[in-house]
Amino acid sequence: MDKVMSDKKVIILYILPAFLLLIVLVYVPIVLTGYYGLTRWDGIGEREFIGLANYTRLMSDGMFWRSAYHSFLLAVFSLLSLIGYLIISMVLAGKIKGADLFRKIYLIPMLLSSVAIAQLWMRIYHPTNGVLNRFLTSIGVDNPPLWLADTNIVLFAIFIPIIWQYAGFYILIYYAALKNVPNELVEAAKIDGATPWQIGYKIKLPLISGVIKVTIVLAVVGSLKYFDLIYVMTDGGPNGASEVMASYMYKQAFRTYNFGYGSAVGFFLLVLSLVVTWLIRKATTSKEDEVQY
Amino acid sequence: MDQTGNRENRANRESPPTENPLLQKIAKGILYIFLIAVAIIQVLPLYWLFLFSLKSNQEVFNLPPLALPQDPQWENYARVWTQGNIGQYFFNSVFITASAVILTVLFASLVTFAITRMRWKLNKLVLGLFMVGLMIPVHSTLIPLFNFFLNINLMDHPLAIILTYTAFNLPITIMILLGFYYTLPREIEEAAIMDGCSVHRMFFRIIFPMTAPVVATTAIINMIYNWNEFVFVNTFISSDRFKTLTVGIQNFIGQYSTDWGAIGATLMISILPILIAFILLSNSIVEGITSGSVKG
Repeated sequence: MDKVMSDKKVIILYILPAFLLLIVLVYVPIVLTGYYGLTRWDGIGEREFIGLANYTRLMSDGMFWRSAYHSFLLAVFSLLSLIGYLIISMVLAGKIKGADLFRKIYLIPMLLSSVAIAQLWMRIYHPTNGVLNRFLTSIGVDNPPLWLADTNIVLFAIFIPIIWQYAGFYILIYYAALKNVPNELVEAAKIDGATPWQIGYKIKLPLISGVIKVTIVLAVVGSLKYFDLIYVMTDGGPNGASEVMASYMYKQAFRTYNFGYGSAVGFFLLVLSLVVTWLIRKATTSKEDEVQY
Repeated sequence: MDQTGNRENRANRESPPTENPLLQKIAKGILYIFLIAVAIIQVLPLYWLFLFSLKSNQEVFNLPPLALPQDPQWENYARVWTQGNIGQYFFNSVFITASAVILTVLFASLVTFAITRMRWKLNKLVLGLFMVGLMIPVHSTLIPLFNFFLNINLMDHPLAIILTYTAFNLPITIMILLGFYYTLPREIEEAAIMDGCSVHRMFFRIIFPMTAPVVATTAIINMIYNWNEFVFVNTFISSDRFKTLTVGIQNFIGQYSTDWGAIGATLMISILPILIAFILLSNSIVEGITSGSVKG
């Protein structure tokens, strides 16, 4: 038994295809991104080693910090929206008939491609023919907002479809976790005279804290590297008002061919994602920290 | 899920009656209205999309947004299907998605088997490398991958996309498979080896078929990710004949910036396969997304 199951040749054969793909297409690229970040390079010609010059430029690049601030705002919005999802899940996990159907309906937008969602919401926000402004004018709003063309609200306008897209996903996770809370605990609390509010806040919430931590990491890190909807809907505009770190990196590399500087931004994004993940885990760690799933 | 539901119903019947049934009914009604309102918000934009996909521009501009089209323009669909390369994009999406799903599930199963069932020293380290892969942002790999595919002449080639999808979906797939593999009883392997079965035979004939349910779950979740993926195709593929539906419609819609019916029809065509799959497979999709929730 032991001999058969520790056959080195078989192990290598089974590990190799996946391992090679992982190393060549994921790990080597992140190391190279770190290296390219230290060079000046237009993507085609020679790479010129310039040390930390890209990073000094990054530190004083107002446009980069503006996009980083937008990414940070998205992360804050996402974090706040988790509270809403949690409330909906709590309601849904109570004695609701058709809870299964509800959570499936909520999930539908999550299955659509970002391009389809972006294109659809661009029509919804269309200043004259979009369903939103048609509705606003019909109830007597004279000058409805221009939404995606207004530098003051574009970021909020983009955040709405992001919520729309991910709501079902987070509700699904919370709902599954809440359904795993042992019923005996809830019943015992009821017998002791606990109100539904107390049961939710004092019993269910602490019991699903592991899952909540996972969703906090997902929401924050997901927002920091967010790209798709913004790229399609506004391309970071108008005037950089919706530029985020990933779209800024993409532009630097594939529009203006600053591959070296783009790599520095990409590497910053990588380090930031890993550090933030680690920080959140650290900040929310308790002794009985075992995430189910 | 159903079991928990049943348990709860039983508990419900046992619990003591509450003081004010009328008040409870009203409270419950409010909760339902709230849940239905959320459901409407989630579906309404898609309903509106369906309506304007069947309208002419006059109808889009003059009728109320949620009015039914007076003269449904089904030819919008025929027009975008024949004029654009939608058929080609569609085929590319199916081909790339299917190839990547098969590779990912096969490679991930082999790795998971080797990590959980076979005995070797570095298995924890290899598993760790795959799990850290979950946290790496795609954008941090984009420039080196672009350069790499350029150098090995895979730029603008479907293989670049298939391999990239496989590499980036391996971690999440392995993570979902792990839990299932850990629960497989050792006796199966012992019995197989007693009978003189080779490891390959054991894996392909016994273990892999046993994991069919979880393989189905991972296949579905991979399908959704690959079908909707945007950045890689947008960066690595430039010719029209290799574009997938997601990137193809993005370029195609650009030409129709003022023809609402055509845009609506294109979007409807691109989301219909996913909607149909969802109606048929909703339980597995829900399960797949729940178990794959680590990937955002």
